[in-house]
Amino acid sequence: MFNKLRLVWLVAGRELKDQFRDWRVLTPMVILVFCFPILMNEFAKQTVDFLNQYSANLILERLVPFSIMIIGFFPITISLVVALEAFVGEKERGTIEPMLSAPLDNWQLYFGKLLVGVITPLVASYLSIAFYLVLVSRQNLVMPPFIIMLQLLLLTTAHATLMVSAAIVISVQSTTVKAANLLASFIVIPVAILMQGEAVMLFWGNEQVLWLAIAGVMIIALLLIRVGIAHFQREYLLGREIDTINLRWLWRTFRMNFLGGARSFGEWYQHVLGSALRRIAPAIFVIVLVAGASLWMSYDWVIVNVTDVINKASAENLEKIAARASEIPNLSSLKENINAPFLFLNNTRAVTLIFFAGLFSFSVLGVLLYMVNIGLIGGVFALLQLLSNQMPNIQPAQIFFAGVLPHGIFEIPALMIGSAAMLYMGVTIVTPQTGKSMGEVILELFADWTKIFIGLVVPLLAVAALVEAYITPALLANALK
Amino acid sequence: MIETHDLSKQFNEFLAVDGVNLSIEAGQILALLGQNGAGKTTTVRMLTALLHPTRGWARVAGYDVVKNGHDVRASVGVLTEQHGLYMRMTAVEYLEFFGQVYSLSSEYRKSRSDHLLEYFGLAEAAHRRIGEYSKGMRQKLALARAMMHDPGVLLLDEPTSAMDPESARLVRDEISRLKSTKRTIVICSHNLTEVESLADQIAIIYRGRILLQGTLEELKRKVLGLPEYQIQLADAWDSSRLGLPKDVEILSRTATSFKVRVERPQESNPQILRSLAATSAAVVAFQEEPRTLEQVYLKAMAEAKGLEHVQ
Repeated sequence: MFNKLRLVWLVAGRELKDQFRDWRVLTPMVILVFCFPILMNEFAKQTVDFLNQYSANLILERLVPFSIMIIGFFPITISLVVALEAFVGEKERGTIEPMLSAPLDNWQLYFGKLLVGVITPLVASYLSIAFYLVLVSRQNLVMPPFIIMLQLLLLTTAHATLMVSAAIVISVQSTTVKAANLLASFIVIPVAILMQGEAVMLFWGNEQVLWLAIAGVMIIALLLIRVGIAHFQREYLLGREIDTINLRWLWRTFRMNFLGGARSFGEWYQHVLGSALRRIAPAIFVIVLVAGASLWMSYDWVIVNVTDVINKASAENLEKIAARASEIPNLSSLKENINAPFLFLNNTRAVTLIFFAGLFSFSVLGVLLYMVNIGLIGGVFALLQLLSNQMPNIQPAQIFFAGVLPHGIFEIPALMIGSAAMLYMGVTIVTPQTGKSMGEVILELFADWTKIFIGLVVPLLAVAALVEAYITPALLANALK
Repeated sequence: MIETHDLSKQFNEFLAVDGVNLSIEAGQILALLGQNGAGKTTTVRMLTALLHPTRGWARVAGYDVVKNGHDVRASVGVLTEQHGLYMRMTAVEYLEFFGQVYSLSSEYRKSRSDHLLEYFGLAEAAHRRIGEYSKGMRQKLALARAMMHDPGVLLLDEPTSAMDPESARLVRDEISRLKSTKRTIVICSHNLTEVESLADQIAIIYRGRILLQGTLEELKRKVLGLPEYQIQLADAWDSSRLGLPKDVEILSRTATSFKVRVERPQESNPQILRSLAATSAAVVAFQEEPRTLEQVYLKAMAEAKGLEHVQ
């Protein structure tokens, strides 16, 4: 094992040496590491002077952590250029073939490139942050507490890993350095948006959410690394010369996988859709388990937190709540707004959103959205149970069965199957697929998801919408009487 | 040492290599000839386990190129079309790096690197950045890299294309020496004179398929027909007195010379000479009509294209 890791370091070491011999890489790094903190320090000083006039201490306290986050980020963006050309640059210069012909495993080559891609920006970022902290310590500025400092360093590490791992994936899949650089915006833009969210959390002072953000970024970065290794094929580094979008090929591949050679609608339904469903069977099992966990978590959360709120509420407020709850809602007014097409479109949109969230995060965000959707059921049931404690005439099980079950029989399986197809897609993307390009794999998976969506999810949601619009209100009104 | 069966490679709808069968023993040199884009590089890349065959199989140094890609790469030395040198490294650093990649011991790396740099005349420039090297020096260094781990199989793409005659001779000598030490060598080249002097076997690839394969003599016979010999005499002489073996056909004659086509030269040529001596003919010259690999190649290509045109 040591010898295998030695080869990873060998690949990284050569590249690292190469970088330090190139003034075009070194110069911007040095400028960013030593000049940017000075500028940021001056900015902070001016802001402090200005904000002191209005006693905006809270903003001042958050200013240094925010500056640290920005200072840590900039060297990463420059290093991205190096990571982006890790493979495609070598291909363009013709140095890749001797490396690929050497007795190095794919993972050794990949981690060697990844390692140097992460080390350089991280060292630059840490140096830059350290230099800034030295400058801050000389000013009349508040140093961030240890826990925030730790979060910022972890966040910088997560950003670097995320961006570099994405850049390496692009570098493997691109055919020219120019194409790789053009694709860099697909890394910089999402990370910039992400950082805006993190900055809000930083100013908001929500440490818990920031921890979640760090964990989320790290999970996506690790999945990206997995995707990169799964789809790293020497063949594609040598074989492809032009990367144009071949719409005809895209359509043909999708169509072929979607139709699956079926000659009739019945055959398609029975064999093609059937085999797609069999493929996602393990994902359905996982999704059912996730549903169980979400239901329990949301139920528990509502019971614990709402009980706490009720216990702390005044008697007067409780009476008001009870009075409102005892009024039977006028369901006929809902009918005007919530009709079958609205419900159908709303649910279809939710399943589609889960798919797209999953597609861009290797299922992570998709599963989270699914958990929120399923979790609602547990939360509603918990609320009904709490209400029944105050009002004995409310029977949670009866309301639940009347209001959720009739359409839920169709809607919940549709949501589960749609989410399982999304989960299957994410898991397959991060799994090595021999003999297939990344594009082929994604198209095949997209065809599978479309088959399941059109053949099963949409019909189930249509039936659910009809039941929810025309049967559930009547049953619910009866149960609430 | 290298064996392939029905080796094929398809890129989407393009069939780059189609059913290549090769068998090269240890101590043999095979030359792959063909136009640019004929499939030579793709074949070599499959033999290096860089590309997976879409059909057929190949074994290199006893390893299957699909199942044992790592072992194949460890046993093969490759000189690629693009030399793949890191311009900011020195020659010493470059060979040291690849020596480490091939897990050679530090003493061996040092001695091997010194030997190769010395042999290829790069010792003086060993500590200069590769970016400062001439084209020929770069090619020699790339060749040194391919030989660094002393592989049992060498796949060389245009080994002397950028070299001056002296360096090219040096490389040819080294290839011959490697052959004598039972290395298996595949050369892709457009330099047909070089191929004639080095190769034991020649394969001509056209549009992914092997058009012709065999020794130089076999190819000459197959493409140009039986060998022809010109016999020059000092004085006018009546050739009808000559008792020729059955497989010898007289093609033309003058008073002092005649030209024959011989099916089995090893057996018939000595007989012709003996017969000439018996009739006291004064033989000035007995030489084979020059038939080069270039003639073979051009004719084979013309026939292939003509056939394709007819089809």
